[in-house]
Amino acid sequence: MGILEVKGVRKTFGGVIANSDISLSVPEGKIIGLIGPNGSGKTTLFNSIVGYHPIDGGSIRFLAREISRLRVPQIARLGLIRTFQQTRIYGKMSCLQNMQISVPQTLQRWGLVMNKIPAEDTERAEGLLEFVGLYAKRHLFAGDLSFGQQKLLEFAMALMIRPRMLLLDEPTAGINPTLINALISRLRRVSTELGITLLVIEHNMRVIMDLAEYIYCLAHGELLAEGKPETIQNDQRVVDAYLGAH
Amino acid sequence: MSTPIMRTLFYASVVLLALAAPLLAPAFKTQMAFLWVMIVFALSWDILGGQMGYNSFGNILFFGVGMYACAIVQRDSGLDYFPALYVGMVTGAMVAVGFAAVLGSGMLGLRGHYFAIGTLGLGIAAGEFASGWDYIGAGSGLLTPLFPGEIGGRETFFYYLMFAIAAMTFPVLRWLYAGRFGLTINAIRDDEDKAEAMGIHTTLYKTAAWCTSAFFLGLTGAVVGNMIGFIDPRDVAFTGATYGVWMILMAILGGKGTLWGPVIGAVVFHVTQQLFWTYLLGWQRVALGLLIVIIVVFFPLGILGWARERWPERFGHKVQQDLKPVQGGK
Ligand SMILES: Nc1ncnc2c1ncn2[C@@H]1O[C@H](COP(=O)(O)OP(=O)(O)OP(=O)(O)O)[C@@H](O)[C@H]1O
Ligand SMILES: [Mg+2]
Repeated sequence: MGILEVKGVRKTFGGVIANSDISLSVPEGKIIGLIGPNGSGKTTLFNSIVGYHPIDGGSIRFLAREISRLRVPQIARLGLIRTFQQTRIYGKMSCLQNMQISVPQTLQRWGLVMNKIPAEDTERAEGLLEFVGLYAKRHLFAGDLSFGQQKLLEFAMALMIRPRMLLLDEPTAGINPTLINALISRLRRVSTELGITLLVIEHNMRVIMDLAEYIYCLAHGELLAEGKPETIQNDQRVVDAYLGAH
Repeated sequence: MSTPIMRTLFYASVVLLALAAPLLAPAFKTQMAFLWVMIVFALSWDILGGQMGYNSFGNILFFGVGMYACAIVQRDSGLDYFPALYVGMVTGAMVAVGFAAVLGSGMLGLRGHYFAIGTLGLGIAAGEFASGWDYIGAGSGLLTPLFPGEIGGRETFFYYLMFAIAAMTFPVLRWLYAGRFGLTINAIRDDEDKAEAMGIHTTLYKTAAWCTSAFFLGLTGAVVGNMIGFIDPRDVAFTGATYGVWMILMAILGGKGTLWGPVIGAVVFHVTQQLFWTYLLGWQRVALGLLIVIIVVFFPLGILGWARERWPERFGHKVQQDLKPVQGGK
C-alpha cells in the first residue's frame, strides 16, 4: 500500500464538479506526476488532500491513517506538506527567518518556553538556502524576491520541515529555463538522498516525463489516464485533452 | 546602536535618567508616571496589532479588568496597604490573562476586519456591565485605599512602580520578539494560511500573544486605579474612547510591528498631548483630533516604519557579499 492513498474523492463547488471519483496511489519514496489541462482539478485535489476544504465523498489515507477529516495544521504535522501554485511565503520577514520558523512542529508545544532558535536550525536553514541558490539573499525580505525565487524559497521551507511527503504545485513555474535542469536534479536528490516522497503537479511535459516514475492525468475533474511516462506520452486521450484545451 | 557596548551604554543612560527624573522635575512626577503608562499601552497593543497583524480595539478591557480586580483585593483582603497592593496587582494581571485566554479561544478564530469589529464591542460591553454590578460599586465606582506614606511620597512611589512595569515589559517583549514566538506571530501576520499549512499551532500562539498583552495591561490597570484613586467604570477603567484609541495611535505613530516604534510613538504622543493641554487649553481636543488625522495620513507606517522603508540597509536587509556556504548544512 502507498504512503498516500486517494480513493473515489469527489469535490464540487456549487455546480462545478472539480474532482469526481479520483483515485490514486503514491508509493513511499517515489516521484509521482499529476498532469492535466488548466482547470482540470489538480490544485483542487491537492487542497482536498491537505484538508483545505472538506471533500464531498471518498477517502484519503496518509501513512495508513484516514486524514480526510483532519484540519490543515494537523495534516501538516503528520509530515505531509504542500507548496502553493501562487507562492506563499512570509513577505515581511527575511528569507532566513522564513526558514527558521519552518521547523517540525511536533515538539513545538513547548515553543513558547523554548523561545531561542537553536544554532543547528539556523545552520540547516543556511545550508538549504544554499541548496536552492538563495544563500546570498538570506537577509532580504522574502516579499522582495522574484516569483521564481519565492518558489525556490517555498521549496526550501518545505524541506526545512523534514516532511515525509511533499505535494508540489508547479515547482518549475517562473523558473528560468536554464535553471530547470538544476531544479530537476535537486528534486531527484530530495527523493533519493532525503527519502521524501513527491507528488508533483507540472505543466512542463519535458520536466514531468523526465522526473516522474508514474503519472496521473486529469481532465474535466476526472481521472483520464495513468501509467508510466512513455505510456502517457503516447496515450491518444491525453494528447487530445491537451490539444482540445488550447 | 550597533555594538553591544554602545547598546548597553544607551540602555544604562535611559535607566539612569528615568531613575533620576522625579528628582530633576518633581512637579511632573504624575505626568511622567503616565508616560510609562503610555509606553506600556503602546507596547502591549503592538503585540497583536503590529507584530501579529490583528488589530484589537478591545484591549482596554484588560486594563479595566486588572484595575477592578486589584481594587477588590485591596478592599476585601484585609491585608496591609502594600501587601494588598502587590497581591492585587498580581491578581489583576492574572484575571486579565484569564479573560484573554477565554475570549481569545473564541475571537481569535476571526480574521482581519472581523476580529477588529468583534473586539470593538468588548470595552463598551465591559463598561456597561461594570456600571450595573453592585459588588464592584456599579455606576458610582470604587475608591482605592489611601496611600499611607507622607505627602508627595505617593507620587514618587507610583512613578517608580510604573517605571518598573515599563522596564519589565520592554525587555520581555524584546526577548520574545527575538525568538520563535516573535517569528511565529510575524508569520501569522504575513500569511496565516501558510503558517497553518506548515503545521504551526496558530491558535496557541495567537492566544498566548493576547494573554501577554493582557498581562501587562492588567498590571498597569491595577496601578493606574491607585494612581487616580477612584475607579469610574466608563471614565477611568473601560476608557475605550481615550486610552483605548490612544494605545493604537501611539503604536502607529511610532511604527507598528517594531520594538522601538511604540516607545517612540508613546513619548512623542504624550509630550505633544501635555503641551496641547498646557498651551492650547480649550482647543486641546481639536488639536488632538488633528494630530490623529495627521498621523494616519502622513505617517501610515509610523516614524520607524518610514525610516526602515527609506534606509532598509540600516535595518539589516541586504544581499550579503560573502557567497561562501556555511559548514554543516546539508
Ligand atoms: N474555491 C473554489 N470555488 C469555486 N470554484 C473553484 C474553486 N477552486 C477551484 N474551482 C474550480 O474548480 C476547477 C478546477 O480548478 P483547479 O484550480 O483545481 O484546476 P487546476 O487543474 O489546478 O488548473 P491550473 O492548471 O490552471 O492550475 C476550475 O473550474 C475552478 O474554477
Ligand atoms: Mg492549479
